[in-house]
Amino acid sequence: MTHPNGDSPNPEFEPKLIGFLCNWCSYRAADLAGISRIKYPPNMRIIRVMCSGRVDPTFVLEALAQGADGVMVAGCHPGECHYIEQNYKTMRRFYMLRQMLLQMGLEPERFQLVWASAAEGQQLADAVSKMVEEVRRLGPLQWPANWQENGQRLHALQAIVQEHQQAMEVSR
Amino acid sequence: MNPTPSTPTPSTASSASGKPKLALYWAASCGGCEIAVLAINEKILDVAAAFDIVFWPCVMDGKVRDIERMPDGGIDVCLFNGGIRTSEQEYMAQLLRRKSKVLVAFGSCAHEGCIPGLANLSSREEIFQAVYGNGQSTENPQELRPQVQTHTPEGEILLPYFYDTLRTLDQTVPVDYYLPGCPPEAENIWKAIEAIVSGKLPPRGTVLGPTTTVCDECPRKRSEKKIQQFKRTWQTVPDEETCLLEQGLVCCGIATRAGCGALCPRVNSPCIGCHGPNVDVPDFGARMMTALSSVLDANTPEEIERILTEGIPDPVGVFYRFSLAASLLRRSRLRKKEVGPGGNGGNGANQPTGSPAVEKASAARR
Repeated sequence: MTHPNGDSPNPEFEPKLIGFLCNWCSYRAADLAGISRIKYPPNMRIIRVMCSGRVDPTFVLEALAQGADGVMVAGCHPGECHYIEQNYKTMRRFYMLRQMLLQMGLEPERFQLVWASAAEGQQLADAVSKMVEEVRRLGPLQWPANWQENGQRLHALQAIVQEHQQAMEVSR
Repeated sequence: MNPTPSTPTPSTASSASGKPKLALYWAASCGGCEIAVLAINEKILDVAAAFDIVFWPCVMDGKVRDIERMPDGGIDVCLFNGGIRTSEQEYMAQLLRRKSKVLVAFGSCAHEGCIPGLANLSSREEIFQAVYGNGQSTENPQELRPQVQTHTPEGEILLPYFYDTLRTLDQTVPVDYYLPGCPPEAENIWKAIEAIVSGKLPPRGTVLGPTTTVCDECPRKRSEKKIQQFKRTWQTVPDEETCLLEQGLVCCGIATRAGCGALCPRVNSPCIGCHGPNVDVPDFGARMMTALSSVLDANTPEEIERILTEGIPDPVGVFYRFSLAASLLRRSRLRKKEVGPGGNGGNGANQPTGSPAVEKASAARR
């Protein structure tokens, strides 16, 4: 799949990522990364959810449709969910949504699932850094540009209006 | 070119001839909606008695010029079926919006894109290639493609411009009501017409239908679901009593707006989702995916991917069969050369002198 920036790395492009982090593990991992002064790029806008199982596919699609360059979903390790087994639902939902998004032409790097416990600040920071670099290499996503027709649409619409106006004058 | 902002309360007040004026139009659709209108049988006579039908290209003679000459708001009700794929269809949508007091997106195509909207998985050039290029019954060694403008000794001949992306009616002009279904069922059409005639219309923007799902109308027995394998319809003959989803068939009844009386599940066929999403749901496929994930009986990535690859090889086609154009992502990703003003899918007209007025008039609802 090609994309607007070609295959070359694009150092000037700052990806906009959205991260849905669960309250009990991954958000605390991000907290831990913060208080441990672990450095990682600021490209991810983090949204705290009570559980990664709360992340409806609608949220991910909405993020992409509004111009996000990538989306990360992060939760407790399988078997360690605060709500017993909801992160298994996250896992199934993630792979189902991923297959759909791949068919729509999205690169897999732009939609990632990460498990990070409250003690894994470093792992979360590493995952975010890695994803930022991967998406930076891919370039901007700009999903809404996909449905903006080129200028020929306006040209054709004007042509119809003119044609009909002329016909009205003739038939008058 | 701006569609007239509609008055807050719909009115079907009598016109000069004594009867309210009705128009029916089709854009990118199959014609099934036109037949569905006739499926109300003898009640079509009541429609003809109640309305003055001013425009219905499928069944009677009528000229676009006559519509253009009408005053704005001169048509009381317009039932518009079909999505918007060409400039001509967009023009007609704008025209009929301007001339109609009440504009109804009639049927799945106008409502959410329907099957023609599935072509949003391809670009214009890919569609042209399939239709005019390497189609099995096509022989076109000169690689001819339709041209927007053709010069002839007699003058310019124009063809509509074919868009990369099919839009729904409400992504093109403001819409007052939606009648879901592929096609809408006769009794629902009749109910809608009755509501219009009697002036008992719900608030603008309403989808005329129940606010529950097909499961509520389905008589099958349901119990707790655990699905180890998705089957495709040709792989199994389901028993006639148990929930089809429990039998491994991807039945979209769980996410689809009711109103059909569960027609398909009653004849042993899974719901395919033609009534679109239930009220307040922005994305039909997201609902399907989130519901199916909850009942899938697999807890490792490998197992999940195997079940999905074997059972749902075409996820977009299954989850968005009727609603791709109206979904949050609207279409698949276009390749680089096809995005933006540079793209020219062999449709050969001059490049753009874009007018802000036209652009504004056709601005999408979302």
